[in-house]
Amino acid sequence: MKFLPTSDAERAAMLAAMGARSIDDLFAAVPAEVRRAPDLPPPMSEIEIRRFLGGLAKKNANARDTAFFLGAGVYNHYVSSIADQMLYRAEWLTSYTPYQPEVSQGTLQNIFEFQTHVCLLTGLEVANASLYEGASALVEALLMAERLSRGRTKAVLSAGIHPEYRETVRTYFSNLDLEVVEVPVGPDGATDARALAAAVDEKTFAVAVQSPNFYGVVEDWNAGSAAAKAKGALSVAVVAEAVSLALLSPPGEGGADIACGEAQALGVPMHNGGPLLGFLACRTEHQRQIPGRLVGQTRDAEGRRAFCLTLSTREQHIRREKATSNICTNQGLMALASNIHMSLLGKAGLREMALQSHAKAEYLKAAIAKIPGYRIPFSGPTFNEFVVEASEDAAPLLSRLAARGILAGVPLSRYGAAPSDRRRFLVAATEMNERAELDRLVAALSGRAA
Amino acid sequence: MSVDVEHEAAPPRDPKRPEPRPLPLVFERSGEGKVGYSLPPLDVPETLAIPPALCRKQIAGEAQISEVDVARHFTRLSRLNFSIDQGLYALGSCTMKHNPRTNEEMARLPGFAASHPLAPEEVSQGSLELAWRLERLLAELTGLPRVTLQPSAGAQGELAGILMVRKALEKEGQPRRLVLIPDSAHGTNPASAHFAGYTVKELKSNPRGTIDLGALEAAMTEDVAALMLTQPNTLGIFEDRILDIARIVHARGGYLYCDGANFNAYVGVAKPGLMGVDVMHMNLHKTFSTPHGGGGPGSGPVAVTEKLVPHLPRPTVERRPDGTFFLDFDRPESIGRLRTFLGNFGMFVRALSYIAAYGNRIGEVARGAVLNANYIRAGLTGVYHLKYDGPSMHEVVFSDKKQSDLGVSNVDIAKRLMDYGFHPPTMSFPLIVHGALMIEPTETEGKPVLDAFIHAMREIARECEETPEIVRTAPHTTPVRRVDEVGAARNLVLRWRP
Repeated sequence: MKFLPTSDAERAAMLAAMGARSIDDLFAAVPAEVRRAPDLPPPMSEIEIRRFLGGLAKKNANARDTAFFLGAGVYNHYVSSIADQMLYRAEWLTSYTPYQPEVSQGTLQNIFEFQTHVCLLTGLEVANASLYEGASALVEALLMAERLSRGRTKAVLSAGIHPEYRETVRTYFSNLDLEVVEVPVGPDGATDARALAAAVDEKTFAVAVQSPNFYGVVEDWNAGSAAAKAKGALSVAVVAEAVSLALLSPPGEGGADIACGEAQALGVPMHNGGPLLGFLACRTEHQRQIPGRLVGQTRDAEGRRAFCLTLSTREQHIRREKATSNICTNQGLMALASNIHMSLLGKAGLREMALQSHAKAEYLKAAIAKIPGYRIPFSGPTFNEFVVEASEDAAPLLSRLAARGILAGVPLSRYGAAPSDRRRFLVAATEMNERAELDRLVAALSGRAA
Repeated sequence: MSVDVEHEAAPPRDPKRPEPRPLPLVFERSGEGKVGYSLPPLDVPETLAIPPALCRKQIAGEAQISEVDVARHFTRLSRLNFSIDQGLYALGSCTMKHNPRTNEEMARLPGFAASHPLAPEEVSQGSLELAWRLERLLAELTGLPRVTLQPSAGAQGELAGILMVRKALEKEGQPRRLVLIPDSAHGTNPASAHFAGYTVKELKSNPRGTIDLGALEAAMTEDVAALMLTQPNTLGIFEDRILDIARIVHARGGYLYCDGANFNAYVGVAKPGLMGVDVMHMNLHKTFSTPHGGGGPGSGPVAVTEKLVPHLPRPTVERRPDGTFFLDFDRPESIGRLRTFLGNFGMFVRALSYIAAYGNRIGEVARGAVLNANYIRAGLTGVYHLKYDGPSMHEVVFSDKKQSDLGVSNVDIAKRLMDYGFHPPTMSFPLIVHGALMIEPTETEGKPVLDAFIHAMREIARECEETPEIVRTAPHTTPVRRVDEVGAARNLVLRWRP
């Protein structure tokens, strides 16, 4: 067995040195009734594994071989080769949470840099080392706001927040005596600002709005922040398409107290939906309630700059049931990928990527709007994703297109039951889509309608 | 002098250190006008169809840096880390074993890494089948009928498990109020129970470090929803009265939750389903070798008994009679969703690859892990204090009791171990061992490495007696000397500022 470095002779020598007769003796504490060898096939060689998993991979459509327009929380953006190749380095791949700073300065400095990128993009002052993904990041942000509120019990959520995020919030909140109120989006696709303000009361600890929202519409952070501030609640900004942060007004400038969401779009492959990269940032005054790992700058015994995990007294291994979160392992390697990616793209590249994504989506939106039988139901401004309404059910239409190598969009029927939802689907574009691909989608949709 | 010049020059180089001095931050390497990317020219009309009030002008302070600088920066940074591929990483409970590289290659196949979770079912059969197969394998290994792969890591798996218990108890009448957790448990257990809406009641371990059956019997009222048990426990001791424990918990209508962080101690040898376990999370990044990556991503599948199947997170992956796979959202009794999409799919690929490589010989993982831990135990017994001397499984917990009398703590010993080329054990955990040194070698270390580790630990014990100052001031050869963690918390600097 190639992953086991001990020879039979060494094993015998080890047992002899320990005064044990056999390895079985070491399992004496395991009752016979619970012992059972698993019914599994014989071991596979590397060649067979490649054949087996390669075969499964071929049964999936992938973004490289298709005209690709899927988004809804996971986006097909450019990632430089060097970002992934760096992840192969054993020092990054095969190390763990940097509990021992003297032998983990690489990981620690990487996290410190990642925290800085998140702060610069969100316009907030403190960011943590990462969270699992967008939905649980929203949960953590809301629970943080709840703790800061000292006794308030209600969260007001825009219905423009990704439906899987909202479902996750309901799961987590179901047993915590916390109430969730959802405010619908208006005819422009943006959260109804008046309804939002009306839903917030003295019991409300947080008001959460996503921008661009699930329907792709760009929201004004100030609407949510004003509604929150009016009743002393905290404003939570949710971002599911983090490339937008390079172009849109950052949450910190829009009065948000906490920004959270999904940073997959910034340097992490789609991975069929995971691993992704959750993030959370807040204002300095709230930093002691932030969940998850935090890296701080300090000095070593010789006075040199060094980094270490800090404010650990918030965390589960010390505070146990009183911790700010139960999170332990987070998304370290994905934060590294994102740090590398954001550093490469930098000030100019992040903006150019965002502008290209926006321009391609606008081109596509204008072209689809002209196809008979299709319309763009929401009038609000969009970043790189928008809703299309067809004159037939969207899911079968999208399946037919997929069979032709066009992954045209995500049907809203997956998330909603409203009759109009059945005919609607989300289309996303990024800098990865060349014009010919955009035109191919338009032609395919035109063909269907004709 | 700029930071770059200072770093590049940096004479005289210290031969003991991989980098002569701390590295500049990526932002400090930045220079106006440098670029590290290339995008094709925009092939559609340039436009900005968003009101200016909703847009930002620039990202002040973001890096401007070339690919060359990035390559060098992150390569140099990496050299400041200790990793499994460099040597034994004794971090107990974390299971730092070799990460097979085939798994990395497989996870990066375009059909996996460049596929999207919301693509139509007909063009997602590969990922659905992969998830379905992994679920079946984990069910076989645990001896439990169904598994959810959705939880992102162990802690989320714990929460999912306890939420399922809660749902089942609600269906039976009422959810109850308490969750029992031994004082030796991982901190995530009480935190997860708390976030599931339960009050945690701590169960004191007996003098052997295991569950005290009398205390359990007394605490196990009809107000207790579950016992959260780690098997083997965090001392590395197998709860040999597991069948009695299960009987006591079940007799009062409670559920037996197993923290599977230590599944690697008996995977392929024994099955939790036969132990009376009702629900158990596993860490794919521990037992099933997916890389720890400097702190994630993990993956925390949960296996459940028949009674909990209706409450599995939504959606589940199912197979139709015609052999095609689909996602089942129609699960009215589900606890709901814990995160987006299917879970950390990339970890599923790696774990399936790993289990396939072992197949029916996967018990050798546990046998190797237990042999190695016991070999270290034998080599260090008498040199370090062993508070609980029950039989060890995959890890052994010593303490600094002998050395603390000499003014040397477990922290000092851990730091000194770095000078000998090893990653230190887990320290100060479990909480029931003062000055703990929790050592887990895993099955992927060979005898020569174990001998070297034992030698180093014995040498350090000798130094504690003869030259304690060298231990107290350790480490001496690491990229930085002992780091001021108290100072970091007192004067918080959590980011770079432009």
